[in-house]
Amino acid sequence: MKKSDPDLLLFHAPLLRQGMTTPKVMRDVLIALAPATAASMWFFGLSAILILGACIGGAVAAEWLFADRQARSDSLRDASGILTGLLLGLTLPPGLPLWMAFLGGFVGIALGKVIWGGLGHNLFNPALLGRAFLLATFPIAMTTWVPAVTEGGFLQIYPGNLALPFMQAQIDAMSSATPLGMLKFESEVTPLTDLMLGNVSGSLGETSGLLLLLGGVYLWLRRDLDWRIPVSILLTVVVFSAVLGLFDAARFPTPLFSVFSGGLLLGAIYMATDPVTSPVTPKGTWIFGIGTGVLVMLIRVFGGLPEGVMYAILLMNAATPLIDRYTQPRVFGRGGDTK
Amino acid sequence: MKKNESYEEFIKGVWRDNPVFAQVLGMCPMLAVTNSAINAVAMGMATLFVLVGSSFLVSSFRNWIPKQVRISCFIIIIATFVTIADYTLLALVPKVHKELGAFIPLIVANCLILGRQEAFASRYPTRLAVMDAIGMAVGFLVALLSLGIVREILGDGALFGVKLFSENFEPWVIMILPPGGFLTLGVILLFFNWFKFKKDEFLEDVAEAERSGS
Repeated sequence: MKKSDPDLLLFHAPLLRQGMTTPKVMRDVLIALAPATAASMWFFGLSAILILGACIGGAVAAEWLFADRQARSDSLRDASGILTGLLLGLTLPPGLPLWMAFLGGFVGIALGKVIWGGLGHNLFNPALLGRAFLLATFPIAMTTWVPAVTEGGFLQIYPGNLALPFMQAQIDAMSSATPLGMLKFESEVTPLTDLMLGNVSGSLGETSGLLLLLGGVYLWLRRDLDWRIPVSILLTVVVFSAVLGLFDAARFPTPLFSVFSGGLLLGAIYMATDPVTSPVTPKGTWIFGIGTGVLVMLIRVFGGLPEGVMYAILLMNAATPLIDRYTQPRVFGRGGDTK
Repeated sequence: MKKNESYEEFIKGVWRDNPVFAQVLGMCPMLAVTNSAINAVAMGMATLFVLVGSSFLVSSFRNWIPKQVRISCFIIIIATFVTIADYTLLALVPKVHKELGAFIPLIVANCLILGRQEAFASRYPTRLAVMDAIGMAVGFLVALLSLGIVREILGDGALFGVKLFSENFEPWVIMILPPGGFLTLGVILLFFNWFKFKKDEFLEDVAEAERSGS
């Protein structure tokens, strides 16, 4: 490039390069998650850092252990393991024992990614797979929620965090229900401002809706995310709960409550949009988003669980290859009307 | 020489052609009853009895069983032994019998057993057929036991009903549920195949070295 004579410059195609590489995209997502992560540290103190650290540690350990020896540094450098760990950590309850968080990260990468052939080959979102494993394995610890604001301030650690490996956490006397749980089991509605700012109990990253949205906008501006997926999921949820509200406004959640409660924003913006496990065609992404939204609402309103974002996304992940196959655009010059 | 031959039939079933790890047969009891080690042993012993008994009978009668109706003959013989095993377990260990439930009668439908009759017992002399049956059944028992041990330790914190950890042990609920069976079996198969792959690689290297050496 330093040659001054432009006539002598010789290149071969591709002449236009897109600056987007996997590590760059991953780094962008990490930046976008930074505000929500900071908020989780604000609300849950040192426990948040410990849990996130344990998840990332587990994910990176699995990545390191199972990677091909030659490709080891490559697969570690693209930060996808760190991202998986962080995303998983943000979906966990703050009082979870650290060894479980580590195990979740490890299983998420090992069974969710490496076993399929590594980054780009996995069928399911690794972070959600890790969470699904944890939820099926430790149902009690995974649904014990602690209140968001603690009196001890930043340095306080939830006693549950420090359980020894393979040992139970002491059941916390001051456990409290999530907004969705309160709605489902106690018919109690949480004020919307609390939901938006994050002053509720819940998993680390699902508490502050506004900061999650902020990160989503950043990702959209950086073109790292397909806006159709979060938009279609959120729209579906809004429409679904508005229609339900027509039948019985008191029993069903309002549209805004549905959007800002639980892990919907976290899932819709950061997990459903995983480029590996979501459809590639525009039509397919709409189908994917609407399907996820409908499943979320079906599970939340009619299912036995208070929250359904994880299973909704995992189910739609499973449907993604099929969606991609049926929404493939016609190849130019092929098919069409044959007279 | 003859002794060697029957040993070969025996060890084949235990390791190289292990019904579960190499042939992936008999998955139904494999996944269903291995949530504790004691259940795994009971199922393995029942299968051993049925397989050895029916292999012996089928092999003895192999020249009288008409080819056209051989499958139904095998099934009748197998079902006889399964019924014996069923009532024996009920009489000896009623608790285990209750936990195994429908999976004892279902031994009839275990493709491992019918497969051995069709592929081996109906073609070979009785001595070899019995050795083959013992080998296969022991291989099956080993597989059941390795799953059962892992699942009971993680899912219950115990082994053969004896608690291994203190009161505070956090059980891995998934391990005593069906998904735990799939996960454990998958991981074990992974290691089995990895080991086989490494062994083949090693043998190839040795052959290569020998060829270049001579």
